[in-house]
Amino acid sequence: MPESSPSEPASVEAVAAGLRSVGYLPGESTALVSFLATKLGKPVLVEGPAGVGKTELAKALARYLGRELVRLQCYEGLDEAKALYEWNYRKQLLRIQAEASDTGWDAVQEDIFGEEFLLARPLMTAIASKEPVVLLIDEIDKTDQEFEAMLLEVLSDFQISIPELGRVESRTHPLVLLTSNNSRELTEALKRRCLYLWLDYPELEHELEIVRLHAPELGETVARRLVEVIGMVRALDLKKPPSIAESIDWARTLLLLGVDDIDAETFTETMSVIVKHRTDMDVVAERVGLKLGSPADVA
Amino acid sequence: MSPEGLPARILELGEELRREGVAVGTSELLDAFEVLREISWTSQEDFREALAATLAKSQEDRRVFELVFDRFFFRATELAAAQEGVREEDFAAFGELSEEELDALRAQIAAALRDGSEGAMRDLARMAIAAFARPQEGSGVIGVDVQRIRRALGLRTEPQPDLPPGDPRREGLPREALRRFEMLLRRELERSQIERTGNLPPARPLGDLDRALPSGPLADLAAVHRVVAQLRRRLATQGLQARGHRRHAHVDVRRTMRASLQTGGVPVVLKYRPRRPRRPEIYVLCDVSTSVTSASVFFLSVLHALHDTFRKMRSFVFIERISEVTDIFEHERNFKTVSERIGNDAGVADVSGYTDYGRVWSEFLVQVEDDLHPRATVIVLGDARTNGRDPRSDIFAQIAARAGRTFWLNPEPRLYWNYGDSVISAYEQHCIAFECWTTAQLEDFVRALARPGMAVAR
Repeated sequence: MPESSPSEPASVEAVAAGLRSVGYLPGESTALVSFLATKLGKPVLVEGPAGVGKTELAKALARYLGRELVRLQCYEGLDEAKALYEWNYRKQLLRIQAEASDTGWDAVQEDIFGEEFLLARPLMTAIASKEPVVLLIDEIDKTDQEFEAMLLEVLSDFQISIPELGRVESRTHPLVLLTSNNSRELTEALKRRCLYLWLDYPELEHELEIVRLHAPELGETVARRLVEVIGMVRALDLKKPPSIAESIDWARTLLLLGVDDIDAETFTETMSVIVKHRTDMDVVAERVGLKLGSPADVA
Repeated sequence: MSPEGLPARILELGEELRREGVAVGTSELLDAFEVLREISWTSQEDFREALAATLAKSQEDRRVFELVFDRFFFRATELAAAQEGVREEDFAAFGELSEEELDALRAQIAAALRDGSEGAMRDLARMAIAAFARPQEGSGVIGVDVQRIRRALGLRTEPQPDLPPGDPRREGLPREALRRFEMLLRRELERSQIERTGNLPPARPLGDLDRALPSGPLADLAAVHRVVAQLRRRLATQGLQARGHRRHAHVDVRRTMRASLQTGGVPVVLKYRPRRPRRPEIYVLCDVSTSVTSASVFFLSVLHALHDTFRKMRSFVFIERISEVTDIFEHERNFKTVSERIGNDAGVADVSGYTDYGRVWSEFLVQVEDDLHPRATVIVLGDARTNGRDPRSDIFAQIAARAGRTFWLNPEPRLYWNYGDSVISAYEQHCIAFECWTTAQLEDFVRALARPGMAVAR
């Protein structure tokens, strides 16, 4: 780690520089909100279209702060057993089997409801961890509202109650990031507890910088051209607009092919890297491919 | 403004945001104060971003916040300036400009707009006002003056091929930069007005136009898509919800016993019967007759969104007879083309232009009879106005009986139901009917779907 004591960044600039040093180029508000999150210990709700680096931000923060990343991927029907903890009942059963049959119920009960038999799931892991961690709750909008309600307790008090064991309180304060693609409106209660960060597709210059960082061998003009084309493609009404990751993939593809300019032909050949739907491909080929056709247009 | 200092200003800002419909709670304000302790209020960008992160918790809120923030602090500083008697130095001093100088100014402004340089734009806005908005010609209405200056500068977003090459205006200027420049003009005009009168004009609430996201009609479509995506989730998980907690109790005894052989006959590993989630299969019938013209764009966008989300789905449009349009939706992405194609050549057999529900049901039943099964969902989008023809609710009952669930989305307010030739009550016995003509109501429908027991409530 380049920073001396990154767990408590001193200023917004320090966070921005730190994130840069681990290969993530933050926008202004991204660095600011990350800084505030570490200072105030509040969860951050990150929203934005798919593929603008919401998840990547969490990973970068973990790298920068030198913390472990605990990730909870949400999906429909995710329940507490998968998110908090579960009793390892197989082990419990075997334990009961192993006990002599004359042991009293109390003794057995004492025995089998110990931490030894607990399977910690991501939320539990994050809270019980001795070292502070970065907790990423990914795609929170995919879960049901019931799960969100349960999350409220965890996020506001950083504690989990286990009936048989008592309360598990957090020893350290995890840095929590929740991401959402906005496929469902989140509850007010959850939003209230979070700082809000809207990530959008980056500005042209910013994206250019990102592409250059990840594919430094790519020529300046090609890179600029690439980012401009990506911008054009995003402006169309597509099922799935190209994400930043796809811009980078495309840059690498062009690099492999040794292309030094993007013309209509190269574009049609490599288009599948950035457009992933058949119907979208037709639209893009028609609209963007034509524009690229005229050689006078080439920068 | 009675109490002094930054905290008072923040509270006022919160108050103003509430007036514009942003839900700002006390806890949000407390957060804002806590945040401001961490960052320096002298950096405007940080200050604004920090407040936004705590006060505005969605994209729409964020937009309203930007507008309110600008307006609020602009007014606050101007008021202070007016009270202190501080005046900005005037550009008006350079009097009448020659035609060449004006041309140079035009080119300079166009170049600044093309490059999007914020600092240059502000100064240029003031010069433009000094050059083009002579107070005696000012209309007194700021919006009118702004447009007059813009025209005088020849700034347009569309290309102007008759201009000489090299002129930045030739290719058309970026829309966003032009909007920014107009805002700066407006602001400078407002500022000079305040300076003249030494008083603030009354605060004007944000219009719907300011508030709306810039994308326009597509945003409506996006809203429908969002709700339908929700609908998909509800439909997909509902089969499980209806069975409730029982789903855990389906132990597959045979497989459990077999597995227990490994552990000496003790059933350590329980084997469950596989859960079979409900595969939603959807049949949508959409009325496109003249009586629902106003609603049919909405309906078609619902259909469009449904097609984006569900794989197994067949859709039909009907007026007097029905016609299947599944293919059109599957092959065409663009909403506009879809609606055009349905309007022109979807082959909706339309002799009289009046809906004939009886005929529609019987044709529908013939077409899908073999496919309908208890896991299928039928959604009808229509106003149930039969134009005096036989509603044939008996056939509809057959459809509803074969399908697992049947919903009716009616684009008329409930008040008009069963008035005139509306026969929704005849159908309502066999399905669940919803009033639905806005995305909000569509959302209600989705929410209602999620209520347990909905599937059996007949």
